[in-house]
Amino acid sequence: MKKVLLSLIICVLYLQASAQANYMTRNGQISFFSKTSMENIDAVNNEVTSIINTGTGEIVYAVLVKSFRFEKALMEEHFNENYMESDKFPKSTFSGKLTNLSAIDFKKNGSYPATVEGDMTIHGIKQHVTASGTIVVNGNKISITSTFSIKLADYKIEVPSLVAEKIAESIEVKVNCQYEPKS
Amino acid sequence: MSTDKVVGLLFFLCTSFTVLAQDDLMKMLDEETSKDAKPDYTTATFKSTRLINGQSVENVAGGVLDFRISHRFGYINSGAYELWGLDNATTRIGLDYGLSNRWMIGVGRSTYLKQYDGFTKFKLLRQSSGSKTIPLTVSAVASMIYKSVHFDDPTRENYYTSNMLYAFQLLLARKFSEGVSFQLMPTMVHVNLAPGTSPNDLYSIGVGGRIKISKRVSINAEYYYQLPGFKWENTFNSVAFGVDIETGGHVFQLQFTNSTGMTEPTFINQTTGDFWNGDIHFGFNISRVFTIKDPRKK
Repeated sequence: MKKVLLSLIICVLYLQASAQANYMTRNGQISFFSKTSMENIDAVNNEVTSIINTGTGEIVYAVLVKSFRFEKALMEEHFNENYMESDKFPKSTFSGKLTNLSAIDFKKNGSYPATVEGDMTIHGIKQHVTASGTIVVNGNKISITSTFSIKLADYKIEVPSLVAEKIAESIEVKVNCQYEPKS
Repeated sequence: MSTDKVVGLLFFLCTSFTVLAQDDLMKMLDEETSKDAKPDYTTATFKSTRLINGQSVENVAGGVLDFRISHRFGYINSGAYELWGLDNATTRIGLDYGLSNRWMIGVGRSTYLKQYDGFTKFKLLRQSSGSKTIPLTVSAVASMIYKSVHFDDPTRENYYTSNMLYAFQLLLARKFSEGVSFQLMPTMVHVNLAPGTSPNDLYSIGVGGRIKISKRVSINAEYYYQLPGFKWENTFNSVAFGVDIETGGHVFQLQFTNSTGMTEPTFINQTTGDFWNGDIHFGFNISRVFTIKDPRKK
């Protein structure tokens, strides 16, 4: 009987732990930069949603493409109209897993290098990608930062030759998200 | 059942529950984000703030200055001596500015009748889908024009107010699909001095639309019908066909129209060319925008 009781307690603790293992953000930040000798373009999105499960190392992101803000209104319009086709493909997503989960102790404050692997979907095109970043654990808050680059051609984002000199072929993407336990 | 079996079953249940929960992290994220969904406002119903001659429901964004040059050559049917109209031209130079994303103002000067004009345009309703569905974009435009050209008859007593013209428009537009947009423009024009016994208040209704033929090129059409009883003698309804070409910060609009003026009273109510008789101007509008205020900085 003791065994059953013990196992019940363990079970409840386990369930609780896994329920608490989900951390979420609704106002994560993703920005990108296109640098060419002709023009620098940058945009920022402060409405990124993401969930990370610290138990399994699974991590998902969803980004509304129309929520990227540019320095120039016309850039924003062209970004949505001509390049990303936001009416057809409103969301960009990432769904993946930490590949070095065992090296990260989510119960101990500290800064941990992290790598992630998974599927990125932009402009309706899915690509398998890997990226590295940093996970900072501070009490029950987790912050994740990462910088990686994507090639426009990989996601079939066409740039007409007329403006090709103004838009970089490879775009630098920065992720900065602060997570809190999901209730 | 032995205690071991119970323990095993419990463990199995526990772990399978958590596996289920983890399986659909993306679904969970979708559910969470759908809670705070916002209305999805339709953008880029037209490429430019002008359909062809007249206003479209598009505004320049807040903090953006738009420098516009509109140009109409002479009539195409004027013959080889005039190089089919290319020897003659009328021009309007204008500056538009967005006070906010919904409210813009503009001023201009036309060579035709030496007009000075000023207008303001406000978006009353924005077409949207998602959490809020609005089928139309509705804008209101008011403009004021002063003709500084000398009076026809300088010997009689003339008032400068006689040269004032006013136009009020409602623009109702819908973007039906990525490539197809339509617009209706009920219009009222008031002229302080009308010829003969013609009315001073002139009512008309405009229709227009565009079809995109590629991501950056669209074909536009615009027609203003002057309501019976509100049409001056020897005038024709304004007809225009055009092409919009967008290249980065510029929009080029090329058009064929029977209207010479580029302000509402002059092209809607004072068009003297008959389009179907070849009284057609070739023309273009060029727009170049300058961002004065970075929208991300408050």
